[in-house]
Amino acid sequence: MSSSALKTFPGGLHPPDSKQATAGKPIELSPLPVELILPLSQHIGAPAEACVEVGEFVLKGQMIGRAKGFVSVPIHASTSGEVIAVEPRIHPSGRLLPSIVIKPDGEESWCELFPADPEKLTAAELIERILQAGIVGMGGATFPTHVKLSPPDDKPIDTLILNGVECEPFLTADHRLMLEAPKQILAGINILRKILQVEKTWIGIEANKPDAIALLQELCAGTGIEVVPLAVKYPQGAEKQLILALTGREVPSGSLPMEVGVVVQNVATAAAIATAVIEGKPLVDRVGTISGPLIKKPKNLRFHCGTPLQHLVDLCGGIEHPPAKILAGGPMMGQTQLTLEAPATRGTSGLLLFAKEDLPLRPQTPCIRCGRCVQVCPAGLLPTTIAAYVRLDLIEAAEQTSAMDCIECGCCSYSCPAAIPLVQSLRQAKGMILEKRRGA
Amino acid sequence: MSEPVYISSSPHIDSGATTSKIMRNVIYSLLPACAMAIYLFGLPGLRTLLLCTLGCMMFEALCNKLGGKPGTLSDGSAALTGILLALNLPPGSPWWLALLGAAIAIVIGKQIYGGLGYNPFNPALVARVVLLISFPVQMTIWAAPTPFSTGFDAVTAATPLGEWKTAVMLTGKLPENLSAGTLNYLTGNMPGSLGEVSALALLLGGLYLLVRKVITWHIPVSFIGTTLLLSGIFWLVDPTRYPDPLFHFLTGGLLLGAFFMATDMVTSPITTKGMLIFGIGCGVLTVLIRLFGGYPEGVSFAILLMNAVTPLIDRFVKPRVFGTMQEVKG
Amino acid sequence: MLASIVTLGLIGLLAACALGFAAKKFHVEIDPREQALLDILPGANCGACGYPGCAGYAKGVVASGSIADICPPGGQTVMQKVAKIMDLAPVTANPQISVVICQGDNKKAVQKYNYLGLTDCRAAQKLADGPKTCPAGCLGLGTCAMICPFGAIEMTPDSLAVIDRKKCTGCGKCVKACPRFVIKLTPLDATTHVLCNSHDKGALVRKYCQVGCIACQICKKTAPGAYEIENMLASVVYDQHREADQAVDKCPTHCIRNFASGYPDGSRFAAPTVPIKKTKAA
Repeated sequence: MSSSALKTFPGGLHPPDSKQATAGKPIELSPLPVELILPLSQHIGAPAEACVEVGEFVLKGQMIGRAKGFVSVPIHASTSGEVIAVEPRIHPSGRLLPSIVIKPDGEESWCELFPADPEKLTAAELIERILQAGIVGMGGATFPTHVKLSPPDDKPIDTLILNGVECEPFLTADHRLMLEAPKQILAGINILRKILQVEKTWIGIEANKPDAIALLQELCAGTGIEVVPLAVKYPQGAEKQLILALTGREVPSGSLPMEVGVVVQNVATAAAIATAVIEGKPLVDRVGTISGPLIKKPKNLRFHCGTPLQHLVDLCGGIEHPPAKILAGGPMMGQTQLTLEAPATRGTSGLLLFAKEDLPLRPQTPCIRCGRCVQVCPAGLLPTTIAAYVRLDLIEAAEQTSAMDCIECGCCSYSCPAAIPLVQSLRQAKGMILEKRRGA
Repeated sequence: MSEPVYISSSPHIDSGATTSKIMRNVIYSLLPACAMAIYLFGLPGLRTLLLCTLGCMMFEALCNKLGGKPGTLSDGSAALTGILLALNLPPGSPWWLALLGAAIAIVIGKQIYGGLGYNPFNPALVARVVLLISFPVQMTIWAAPTPFSTGFDAVTAATPLGEWKTAVMLTGKLPENLSAGTLNYLTGNMPGSLGEVSALALLLGGLYLLVRKVITWHIPVSFIGTTLLLSGIFWLVDPTRYPDPLFHFLTGGLLLGAFFMATDMVTSPITTKGMLIFGIGCGVLTVLIRLFGGYPEGVSFAILLMNAVTPLIDRFVKPRVFGTMQEVKG
Repeated sequence: MLASIVTLGLIGLLAACALGFAAKKFHVEIDPREQALLDILPGANCGACGYPGCAGYAKGVVASGSIADICPPGGQTVMQKVAKIMDLAPVTANPQISVVICQGDNKKAVQKYNYLGLTDCRAAQKLADGPKTCPAGCLGLGTCAMICPFGAIEMTPDSLAVIDRKKCTGCGKCVKACPRFVIKLTPLDATTHVLCNSHDKGALVRKYCQVGCIACQICKKTAPGAYEIENMLASVVYDQHREADQAVDKCPTHCIRNFASGYPDGSRFAAPTVPIKKTKAA
């Protein structure tokens, strides 16, 4: 297959994929850490509300935080044990946020589970189960899944897309999951198809995972699910870019995918949905890639939500020097962490550790207008122009230059020879525009 | 206590491209042309090259010092400006002309606007044009190429473009031996400014820039393409008066301008569509100036004029923002 | 020669006529008071009055016929002139001045992490609540200095914002821009301030800052009326600020400063200083 024949999107670039360290490594199970820190905010939207008290004994899968509002999900104990604290703890965002701390008893005793046959449930019942299981988008955005599955009536959905692209360098968790649990993913897809009643289902996978493509193509034969290899290009896994590549539909500026009748779900989310609906188990663990130049034995680990990052590092051979940069997620869009004491949560698709030598620490120099940021921007923006407006505090001009259409993929900063923090400028612009809109 | 961790906004890796790497690559790409210049014009050529390059670096350092700014010599842009300036000067330029050019390029062409990234015009071309207008005599004494020349035996001659222009002005006809020199034009065996003479060396450098992805094809292709097309039309209309496109392609500063001067990132549009418009504009202006203007050569003026239009192009030519087309439902 | 002179002359004449015609044709009638107001306003277009720039203010005042919105940079003098032009009773502007209530520069306060990115406090604050361990101290990236329309804020070599009391007009733009709320508008004549913004307990403050308020009560004991301690942070009771000076030398962490005897360390502003605008002007 020639690469020119593969579907893709305009813009983007090819960062070194750095996946070889873990792509061939089967998922290992992480043993229990000494304590689990479960933030009440592990998703986008309103934080859950704690419904257990210090000293209480909880079972694995028991709800310990109640969803608060529509765009919110409950939080569950990821193992059995004693609640030893309900207090602000360091969160992956770097802030101190309310968390429930559990000291595991080592038994992993599940609470009472209610397995079900998805065939016998209605769409509404399925969505309710997904909400109660606390399922969120596991690609990293952690948007509550039940919200995505409940589009308003005037937005008919005809297409379901499963995102198995995993275009972030280093990360191989989805790749391994597709290889090791394809049936579970398919079961999840079938549940999603039943809920959405779609005509067409695609699984998009970057062509650098031929084994996963072949396996899923074989399993999907005759099911009406089409597995499509996509060009290897970052950010192929960005929602709107993926929709364009697969369906040719372009999500209008400022709208959600449902505007063009599409729902996109990550393959790991599909697997979590299957577990939640069929086995009745809520989202209490996930697979993440622990890698980066400082990690001695990079691995794909299935860990309990709330596991301190230090525990994951220890499982991968520990580190000799303190890391200069700790990343939760991939290197293009991941979040820097203040400390390894922070927990891995439902959205932690990877943990990457870098030494100082691995970091781009060049000082910023003046823009030479080379236009690289413009050429790679998948959203068709003028990043350097918007950054200049931000520097001059011209927020209205930034808004008129379509700053709100930025998807924060990082291509502009990645390619900038002057080391200008373009994405951060765009984030700043977006934040200030939203602030202004709220004020107006 | 160990050093605190680094916290930053994503992304956390970069492509490794830096401004100084870009500048260094452009300098490397000019080495064949420089070598040819030294071979063809000998010591005077070498002297001009050194004076311009060192002069530009010196004035850059001076401006940094006076402005209390951190040193910017290491980004290589001043050295590059110097080399480009030298390649745009007549081989036997007196020392003061070269140094004055360096001062104009760096001080007036670049630093008064705020330094690298803020100058609206290509600094080397600003210097060349100011010198051309101020010192028309010195700027049009063209030494005929004499390999390994020491400078004492220089013979002056007219550039092919100049020869043609004079002939057309006097007789209204092309000079007779004009297309006889194609092979000479390719290797650079013709009078002209230091860097413009060897088409082969310039093409080699341009290819290097394209392969190393320092520049994109848009400006050189549209610039040269437009020049060939337009000059071709005139040639077809009246081949006795207008020279053929190959002559336009190989003589004068077209290749030097299209690959190395028009592609100067600071002074050309940032969008690919804008680059195409820029290149076409340069091509049209070059042909018009060459065929109908007072000067035999139009590349410098064409590029400078298009530099002036660049902010306008950038204002109106923007990429289409994702999701903003007329709705076409699939 | 003659031809060119005539041609150029004609072109000039034509252009002059066109300009004159345009000026007459497109003349816009404005209230003379608007122009009068514009003439006396400071012209900094800072927006502190709530209107977009001085012209906006002049227009707004004339349109509404009220001078309830005051011009803070103009102060009493300007407001009296405004009242005169509008033929209204003068509205008193309480002269104010901005103060950065922090002295924790990079040498005195602990950095939580190495920040890489935009030189903008607002951007840095979004990453793990800013690079300083102190949750309320000055981040030192100079957003206030960039935004100040009067060029009254300088950043010291160790990255602390310091406000020039001679240049500050009290427009309050920096107060709104600071993501850590470390800049306060204070009465112009009060020169003694507690330069700390952290409400953390003393023991914790000591861990991350050499010049933080530890709520030790000494200032309050020294000058009882002039200080109040709320939520582990002392502040000057500005009605009583004249007595506040007595406690300056008593503060164990030196976080109380009388600006009349000098600016924080590293500032290049000349000390001692007094505000330019007198409280009882005109």
